[in-house]
Amino acid sequence: MAYSDKVLDHYENPRNVGSLDKNDPTVGTGMVGAPACGDVMKLMIKVNENGIIEDAKFKTYGCGSAIASSSLVTEWLKGRTIEEAYAIKNTAIAEELALPPVKIHCSVLAEDAIKAAVADIKAKQSAKATI
Amino acid sequence: MNYFELFKLPPTFGLDVATLESNYRKIQSESHPDRFVTASSAEKLASMQTATMANEAYQTLKSPGLRAAYLLSLQGVAAIDEKNNQMPADFLMQQMEWREAIEDAENARDVSTLESLLDEIGGAGKNLQESLKSQFQHHHLSEATTSTRKLIFMDKVRADIVKSIEKLD
Repeated sequence: MAYSDKVLDHYENPRNVGSLDKNDPTVGTGMVGAPACGDVMKLMIKVNENGIIEDAKFKTYGCGSAIASSSLVTEWLKGRTIEEAYAIKNTAIAEELALPPVKIHCSVLAEDAIKAAVADIKAKQSAKATI
Repeated sequence: MNYFELFKLPPTFGLDVATLESNYRKIQSESHPDRFVTASSAEKLASMQTATMANEAYQTLKSPGLRAAYLLSLQGVAAIDEKNNQMPADFLMQQMEWREAIEDAENARDVSTLESLLDEIGGAGKNLQESLKSQFQHHHLSEATTSTRKLIFMDKVRADIVKSIEKLD
């Protein structure tokens, strides 16, 4: 299959690969997996006291489109609020990367990973608030 | 005609792989283009369609995860839904740990670690297949759906280790 130039760029030079400290109370982790293809994706975000994402890292084991989708969202996430992050739609990711219809599910996976990471940081924040 | 009927196999998860392979080869040779050189164009088309379907059917039934998903689809259950990427957290954690261990072993060109990971993951996959057999027998379709979704990940990670061992050998 022919990948778009943007997918190839992210695939060959993925941005922000790695991990943050999952035990850090300001770090949210989102882990998702696509049963359609067996791809797994981990997205971690570090959020400051103003609710702004200061850092984002990912690890994806899967096809080029899944790697590119998660690499792209780490770039988009930095500097955004967690509310803005939560509002990112898979269609925007698919459009930016010019994903073909059979690879749309890779962008869905990236959107799900963002939502899971935001849910995790919110759970950590409310746990802290009740202490 | 469904994939099981095509190969004259009972629609069960624990199918006989040897029979699947021999019936597949038989259909492939019966529908081989060389046999249809002088046939009418309708016969050529029909034999080509049979060969294509047999190939798809074989690829599906050969893979335990895809076979389970196909069995569920025959019973109206969609195990693979591209909009549903929710998997149990502990399961995904384990997948990530395996993936990272494989990546480290690959970078270290450590074939023996890859082989022991293959054993470990192969064993976990076999256990899952045993559970699936019993879940299908007892028509526990909801449990079977969860196991099927997990099995597709296990098949994938297993296939990826086999590939990286071949690459290093």
